[in-house]
Amino acid sequence: MVKFLAFFRNAPFFPLAVLAAFVFLGVFGEWIAPHDPVEGSLMDSLTPPFWEAGGKWKYPLGTDSLGRDILSRIMGGAGISLQIGILVVFVAGLMGTLLACLAGYLGGAVDTVIMRVVDLVMSIPYLVLAIVLAAILGASVYNIIIILGAVIWTYYCRVLRSEVLRLRESDFVRLAVVGGCSKGKIMLVHIFPNIVNTLVVIATLNLGTVIIAESSLSFLGLGVPPPSPAWGSMVADGRDYVGQAWWVSFWPGLAIFLVVMSFNLVGDWLRVRLDPKFRQMAGGS
Amino acid sequence: MPPVGEILLEAKNLTKHFPVNRGLLFSRSVGAVRAVDGIHFTIRRGETFGLVGESGCGKTTTSRLILLLERITRGTILFQGRNIETLAGPELQGYRRRVQAVFQDPYSSLSPRMRVGTIIAEPIRANRAAPEEAVPDRVGKALEVVGLPRDRADHYPHEFSGGQRQRIAIARALAVEPQLIILDEPVSALDVSIRAQVMNLLREVQEEFGLTYLLIAHDLAVVKHMSHRIGVMYLGKLVENAESEELYQHPFHPYTQALYSAALPSHPDIQREEIVLPGDVPSPLHPPPGCRFHTRCPQARPLCSEEEPPLRDVAGGHEVACHQ
Amino acid sequence: MGGKRILEVKDLQTYFFTRRGTVKAVDGVSFGIDRGETLGLVGESGCGKSMTCLSILRLVPQPAGRIVGGQILLEGDDLLRKSDREMREIRGKKISMILQDPMTSLNPVYPIGDQVGEPLRFHQRLDRKSAAARVLEMLRQVRIPSPEVRVREYPHQMSGGMRQRIVGAMALTCRPELLIADEPTTALDVTIQAQFLKLLKEMQRDFNLSLIVVTHDFGIVAKICDRVAVMYAGKIVELAGIRALFNRPRHPYTMALMNSVPKMERKVNRLTSISGQPPDLKELPPGCSFAPRCSLAMDICRKEYPPVSTAGEGHTLTCWLAREDAAGG
Repeated sequence: MVKFLAFFRNAPFFPLAVLAAFVFLGVFGEWIAPHDPVEGSLMDSLTPPFWEAGGKWKYPLGTDSLGRDILSRIMGGAGISLQIGILVVFVAGLMGTLLACLAGYLGGAVDTVIMRVVDLVMSIPYLVLAIVLAAILGASVYNIIIILGAVIWTYYCRVLRSEVLRLRESDFVRLAVVGGCSKGKIMLVHIFPNIVNTLVVIATLNLGTVIIAESSLSFLGLGVPPPSPAWGSMVADGRDYVGQAWWVSFWPGLAIFLVVMSFNLVGDWLRVRLDPKFRQMAGGS
Repeated sequence: MPPVGEILLEAKNLTKHFPVNRGLLFSRSVGAVRAVDGIHFTIRRGETFGLVGESGCGKTTTSRLILLLERITRGTILFQGRNIETLAGPELQGYRRRVQAVFQDPYSSLSPRMRVGTIIAEPIRANRAAPEEAVPDRVGKALEVVGLPRDRADHYPHEFSGGQRQRIAIARALAVEPQLIILDEPVSALDVSIRAQVMNLLREVQEEFGLTYLLIAHDLAVVKHMSHRIGVMYLGKLVENAESEELYQHPFHPYTQALYSAALPSHPDIQREEIVLPGDVPSPLHPPPGCRFHTRCPQARPLCSEEEPPLRDVAGGHEVACHQ
Repeated sequence: MGGKRILEVKDLQTYFFTRRGTVKAVDGVSFGIDRGETLGLVGESGCGKSMTCLSILRLVPQPAGRIVGGQILLEGDDLLRKSDREMREIRGKKISMILQDPMTSLNPVYPIGDQVGEPLRFHQRLDRKSAAARVLEMLRQVRIPSPEVRVREYPHQMSGGMRQRIVGAMALTCRPELLIADEPTTALDVTIQAQFLKLLKEMQRDFNLSLIVVTHDFGIVAKICDRVAVMYAGKIVELAGIRALFNRPRHPYTMALMNSVPKMERKVNRLTSISGQPPDLKELPPGCSFAPRCSLAMDICRKEYPPVSTAGEGHTLTCWLAREDAAGG
């Protein structure tokens, strides 16, 4: 336990705190929200935040056009962003890692085919792809995960493949071949554990990207369908009222910004922390 | 040194060319790096055969061919009479069990996220060299043989020093009870005082288990100390092959002479005839015609640029490839 | 060899202050070097030989490292009292350095002509044209064939040996008085090494250059040095002329080290190996740092660090055994 905490010794405090709050809200948000994120009272429609004229303590951050409490919606929406984020990263990460190992280690035709597919997918703007897929599959939480996963795995694949290529030439892998290990065993036991660090860093940075992607899709109406309090949809909802009711778009936008930036900062810190060069100095060898 | 036995490994006309491709979409072959170009040698059981030569001479490629890490372009390698290219399945496993390797860099030879015991056991398991119950004992024995305590088996490589890591690499090679071990610069990445420890260990182990070594090193003194026979390579060719003391006393090939004259003395009063070779080593893409060394050879004659000299026995086991 | 002392290092101490303790990388090192002389600094990794050289040039990595004591007198002038600007004038012009790996000493994106000319343009304020002429001259001196063509080439187009010679040219363009070479031939092939060492000696003769060679290889010392200092755990344990050292090394570490190296001229069955590991520089044992591994260690060795004793003309060492010899007569 001590070792676990020691890992976080020089971690950036504020971003980690934001992320901790995000995860907490993601899990418990719906229950601790002061109001129902989905149902509102039209009477209280477009109430400003509590410090403005006309604001009420009851709705600290204000309400939207359907009278739904923004704060509660944000708390409820955290769960959606978290769920989608984690699942997309998991699916894309899994697929990307597997294909990166195969492409990098086996080389030859396998490598060529996989990388050309990656090139193809990456050359299409993801929104276009998402629109097409959304038209085919319809909009739902699970479809979003499939859509985003189908696009984002390529990023993992490309980055991890170069790690795999590097590892393939290292002495211990050669010696494993000399030792008689099968290709599959080498990929599992030698290559994979040594790319995990990079994978974790990429995944952390990627979470932020996924949240933005989901928000963009929701903003365009291709994402999680209403009345779900997805943050992107919330920003979209407030689009028509930006002049008079700035708070409807502002708070969800701020939430997206804080969470994504925190992921980026923590990801950057992790990248340095997990770098083997630095690990030898900071760790215990 | 212990007496040597029958032929264990034989290389015949061993050749490895690396094709050079140009073009992005449809690559065409524009030539080949002739890393190893038709070499012959034999290694007998129980002996240490040293391969020396400077960068690009092909010694590392040769070791990779023997280890089946690269495919042979032409020629054959016979291990105990069998052509190693034809081995597959359980026979290939048998080969892997009998031929192991220790590489130069102790810091990259051990998988960083595996425990040392698992690393040592890996070749045993992969080649089914022993039943699973016997594995921990074999690992423990291997550690003891190299002078490390048995109970360190569950530690990770980064908890050991460079010299200790090299011992672990040696333990891994030994655990599977091989017959031939390829040693590629086994001590050059270690501190001077640790080198002696490891060299002594390698020699003890060779005597105790009747091992055969192929030693590749650039330090001539190290090679001479550890080898029975030494082969000198230049630009993919084996130019001289003799018993190590004999080679030191009577180097016949001009390149060997230059190599030994360039070696650093062990005492300031030792003077060697200075043979400084002009120019640089030619590119292995376009090696000179005839004898590859003729462009830099102080004793070159017209014949040398026309005809390639074959490797001939000139004095009871002392082979040279030179027109002199 | 001139009798003029060009560099005098007195009691140099360079420490690294880390979270885990203070690393005494250089702990009281003293030596001198005359004009035209070659001094070897021999030892294994971690003994402080490279850090001594970096200290002379005041290039100790900061903020963790700091020179905490001693004097470095370049022709009487203490370098430790100089400002950064003054040191910049000295580096490259009075004292120069070449390192082990020529590939990382050269910038891959600039042609070598520019790189060799850089010290000229900085120190002597030469314009491009005059610098170019001097560069060609320098390349010829380090025996680079067809220098007019080579000046436009990039480092990756050259062999290792040629690169190291270019690094040498860079270091010598401004005719420094002292050249420090840190493991200059470790990355080179045997025959290329011989070429390079020969070149170093020629340069030394032509420019009356003093040379400090840092190495772990006694062979290099035997070939090109006049005097040698053996270092262990941040201190010099023996300092002597090379014949005195090779004929009769006195310090147990020197003896063990020399016997652990295989020699071509003489066959041995077993090499002497030194038991144990080099000490942790953060927690040096009391007394002589080599005592835990020394086969001749006595009680006093473990308690007190031995003072400097003399074992002959210009031959000093720090060992209680030498003390005993001297006392015993």
